[in-house]
Amino acid sequence: MKKEDVPQDNSSLSKSNLKEVVYATDKDGKYEAALSSGWEAKTIVLNESLDLIEEQLKETIQKIKSGQLSPIAYYMELQRMDIAILSSYVGYWQWRVKKHLKASTFNKLKEKTLLKYAEVFEISVTELKNPKI
Amino acid sequence: MKINFEHNQSAHCENGVVSNLLSYNGLKISEPMVFGIGSGAFFIYLPFIKVNYAPGFSFRPVPGFIFSRVSKRLGFKVKRYKFKSKNKAQQALDAELKKNNPVGLQVGVYNLTYFPDEYRFHFNAHNLVVYGKDNDNYLISDPVMSEVTTLTDKELEKVRFAKGPFAPKGHIYFPTELPSNVDLKKAILKGIKQTCRHMLAPVPIVGYRGIRYVARRIRKWPDKIGVKKTNHYLGQLVRMQEEIGTGGGGFRFIFAAFLQEAAAILENPKLLELSKEMTAIGDQWRDFAIDASRLYKNRSKETDAYNKIADKLDAIALAEKALFSELKKSIK
Repeated sequence: MKKEDVPQDNSSLSKSNLKEVVYATDKDGKYEAALSSGWEAKTIVLNESLDLIEEQLKETIQKIKSGQLSPIAYYMELQRMDIAILSSYVGYWQWRVKKHLKASTFNKLKEKTLLKYAEVFEISVTELKNPKI
Repeated sequence: MKINFEHNQSAHCENGVVSNLLSYNGLKISEPMVFGIGSGAFFIYLPFIKVNYAPGFSFRPVPGFIFSRVSKRLGFKVKRYKFKSKNKAQQALDAELKKNNPVGLQVGVYNLTYFPDEYRFHFNAHNLVVYGKDNDNYLISDPVMSEVTTLTDKELEKVRFAKGPFAPKGHIYFPTELPSNVDLKKAILKGIKQTCRHMLAPVPIVGYRGIRYVARRIRKWPDKIGVKKTNHYLGQLVRMQEEIGTGGGGFRFIFAAFLQEAAAILENPKLLELSKEMTAIGDQWRDFAIDASRLYKNRSKETDAYNKIADKLDAIALAEKALFSELKKSIK
């Protein structure tokens, strides 16, 4: 890549006034580090992955409203976690976390268990029980 | 207290931390040099590991490998500590800072407050340097950022004890016992040899064979798993290729920069030629990314578009095969 071809498109980085380093050649073909504010091709694929997360979250919200899933599923996805990550944060086995994602199990959970999840998500137990969805 | 530490923004966090820490300790070495000596150029396709609902692709070795290879090849030692106790982790860090020793830290990205939201994922193998403490604020040199920044002790504790895969467990590290004279030539040769070995490996999912394997899959995906999923898989490949830290083109430009530097040090003009070819291959990767991103926009259902994109990948695989075979010969 030549230095003058280093893309300077708008991206989530440029919104926060950040630039990333890429390597490019100058007029004499010598390599140097150059700054790029973003690249359209990259932004397109990044957005696609964020859209997918959003879509997934909407689906989960539907399932919570219809009484299949518990609010833990919502907060887990909101904070971009999966069962493995959430399990290591709360310190329960994955199969237990999986059970807690079910609405029927969630309703029977002890206050102590709820508090653990609330602490991980940095919310109160009331918020955990009544997500704003 | 503040250590007189020079912050240099770099493409990749691991190379950057190594390069900055070594420079502080008196060994000036550029980011591409660290990358090349650590045999950073790589490709692997991991169909059985699903990341964000798509198979894994990687253009670099497992986090930490580059650093350990560089330390072995340049002959310096690295002290590493991990902790169970958060208090002890902080005490150990403070003690090193008191000794005027800037320290490398492995951290999780998700709670790094200075990162834009779009980049906050539960990725736990990010690296940064702590070079001082100002009241309750730690002075942070994050190689991906253009300027130095700060984190409170609570914020730092959170990222040091992020959980999930590659959990950092408060991991700190710093180089010790730097040798008085470094044999750069030998280290470079070792780095190049291993890179060639990896890229030409007789394993179907690694190196140029791995790239070719992915090309073959791309031809089949639209029929097998549908256009939507195929696009998502391709997106994953492009994201890995152009992620922050790759320096563009799946690390190929950084590697070309390394070859250019190595040509001068080894006095081997052939490497300069290969550096140019590597640059051309990097451009081919960028081209591939543009085409893949266009597929989203057009949402074209014609399978021909996927064959065309697979052809491009095949061409890249062939070019990389030729390049690394030449490279292997050129340093004999």
